[in-house]
Amino acid sequence: MIKVDPTEKKIVFSTMLLMSVFVFSILYAKEKYRSDVPECVPYNAAYLQPKIDTLDDHLYRVFAVASMWQFEPSDIKIPAGSEVDIYLSSKDVVHGFNIAEKNVNMMAVYGSINKTTVKFDKPGVYTITCHEYCGAGHQFMEGKIVVTASSITKTK
Amino acid sequence: MQVSKSLKRLIYWELGIPISLLVIGIYHGLIQTVYRAGLLQDVSFLKINYYQGLTLHGVINAVVLTTFFAVAFGHATMTYFLKREPKKNLSWISFALMTTGTVLAAWAMLAGKASVLYTFYPPLKGHPLFYLGAALLIVGSWIPLYDWAKMYIAWKKENRDTKTPLAVLGTLINFIIWFVCTLAVAYEVLVLLLPWSMGLADVNVTLARTLFWFFGHALVYFWLLPAYIMFYVMLPKLAGGKLYSDLAGRVALFLFLLFSVPVGVHHQFSDPGIRQGVKFFHGMLTYAVAIPSFITAFTLAASLEYAGRTRGSKGWFGWMFKLPYLDKSRYLFAYFISGLILFIFGGLTGIVNASYSLNNVVHNTAWLPGHFHMTVAGPVFLAIIGMSTYLYSTMSGKKVFLPKINVIIPYLWMIGVLIFSTGLMWGGLIGEPRRTNMGLTYLNPKSNLYHPEWIPTTTLALLGGIIMFIAGMMFIVVFFGTMIRKKTAEGLLDLPVSEAYHDEKRIAIFDRFKPWLVAMAVIIVIAYVPAIIDANTNNGSSAPRFAPENPIPETLTK
Repeated sequence: MIKVDPTEKKIVFSTMLLMSVFVFSILYAKEKYRSDVPECVPYNAAYLQPKIDTLDDHLYRVFAVASMWQFEPSDIKIPAGSEVDIYLSSKDVVHGFNIAEKNVNMMAVYGSINKTTVKFDKPGVYTITCHEYCGAGHQFMEGKIVVTASSITKTK
Repeated sequence: MQVSKSLKRLIYWELGIPISLLVIGIYHGLIQTVYRAGLLQDVSFLKINYYQGLTLHGVINAVVLTTFFAVAFGHATMTYFLKREPKKNLSWISFALMTTGTVLAAWAMLAGKASVLYTFYPPLKGHPLFYLGAALLIVGSWIPLYDWAKMYIAWKKENRDTKTPLAVLGTLINFIIWFVCTLAVAYEVLVLLLPWSMGLADVNVTLARTLFWFFGHALVYFWLLPAYIMFYVMLPKLAGGKLYSDLAGRVALFLFLLFSVPVGVHHQFSDPGIRQGVKFFHGMLTYAVAIPSFITAFTLAASLEYAGRTRGSKGWFGWMFKLPYLDKSRYLFAYFISGLILFIFGGLTGIVNASYSLNNVVHNTAWLPGHFHMTVAGPVFLAIIGMSTYLYSTMSGKKVFLPKINVIIPYLWMIGVLIFSTGLMWGGLIGEPRRTNMGLTYLNPKSNLYHPEWIPTTTLALLGGIIMFIAGMMFIVVFFGTMIRKKTAEGLLDLPVSEAYHDEKRIAIFDRFKPWLVAMAVIIVIAYVPAIIDANTNNGSSAPRFAPENPIPETLTK
């Protein structure tokens, strides 16, 4: 058998250990904070009609549709403390959908439906930035979600 | 060694063409930082649109320069280490295809008919000749692999019990990775995009993206491996030491062969249409491909420490101060070490990107170009330009023009990149998007989309960009200045080659390709069959063509 330098053995071992710590952290965050990448939803043309559904007083469903060069619906207004299921699709080219403050980060792709769930605890205006080049008007493509001071947190 | 006039000429052209284009590529890099910092508040500058310039920047710097260089450097290493030359007619046919492809794509981009960026995601439409040009460039770069494989087999027959030289192993592995990954992008371009761009069919966008990233991540190893070959084979010698372990280099190279391709879905963590399980699996395989880079980091650091101690250093860290940083007769060392310093940060930020849900924080923000300018514009670019000057000057027998300037270029570049990437990554973490003409809106006080929080980040990027531009132009002066000098010595192909400190005996398994190729195929099938199935089954409808300036689709022509 070939002789391997002991320092080399150590470095390979510690590298593997380091990577294991990283893998563990990812899995831990997934369980504890429900941090995950966007979900894969079967295609249905119904998602291409922009709308906001109120499922109950703190649960919302948004069909977000990106197109050159706007996000629809343009007037998303929800109370603080709400959990929102966002279903994202594109009517034309590839667009990005980034709410930096909430680490929501999705691509809008023609022919596919993207999905994520996000909870808005604090009131404020959250900007949605298109972060994929989508043609001449790309730099104008910003949307917003207005989170209002909540009534539900008071009634609870 | 002496080489034929034809091979010399071939290598000069393969270095000269992309480096001439690089002037355009680097200029558009600088101009982007000016727009992004809000100093240019316009759609175009000097009649070139922002996104047109961005396309030129990406295609020239990341595809044309890297591909031409990899072929030229491959010819040099295969010839030097196997002591035989590639076939004249095949290598010139390869050159002609690559050049034709580049001219076609360059025309489409300069005419403003293909402002689709270097990722050319459909359904944003480019001119058909842009796609055809890209395909020709790729097909042209396949030809040398066929020729080199034959040279290698002939050499192996005569040298059954000799270890394959590390540089030869690296070059072959690099081009095998390249061949495998470009099959997918050639399919995407020729079967999906070319008919679609001519209006003959619609396109499954998710499938096209998946095929692109099958190619797209292996591409970064295709950029990187020529630099790795230089680091393993030449750097220890230039530093005045030995390569710490020859076997470690072989292990790292074969691990790249296994894991370079089946990781591409980590670029699609934010995409719809691909299940979370497939994404997670590709994330884990990306961790596997980090291991050969960790091995390399250790081996190179150990080799440099050995060199420092040989030169009389004391203590734990004394070796760091004993290396020939500013020795203009070994200027390649300066190019390599600056690249490696950048790569420490480039590698670590890359692990962040690969880390599954952590990708949500950084995906497609300015963080990303911040990261990859410390890889492709770090070790890769510096190795390419340093080696281009070296190959040209030694093969032509001409002395390097402005040798003192030449040795400080890489350090200046490194400082520029560090500032530039800090700005971009900081911006990315607070939501600054990449690929955006921010001068029109986000950095324009008159716009209602004004984001003043991105002023410090884009200003840093601008400052770094200016320094990088100056260093880049200094290189252009040194390279072409060398070209117009008079010949003062005999032109020879001569590469610095390190001895190994641990020169292990030949181990059969690390000197054969077949078992590794089989393993590579198996891993790719396991990783990519589910992704391709997902892309086909979850796609609900195929897309028509959209011109970048018009939201109304172009209808089918039939």
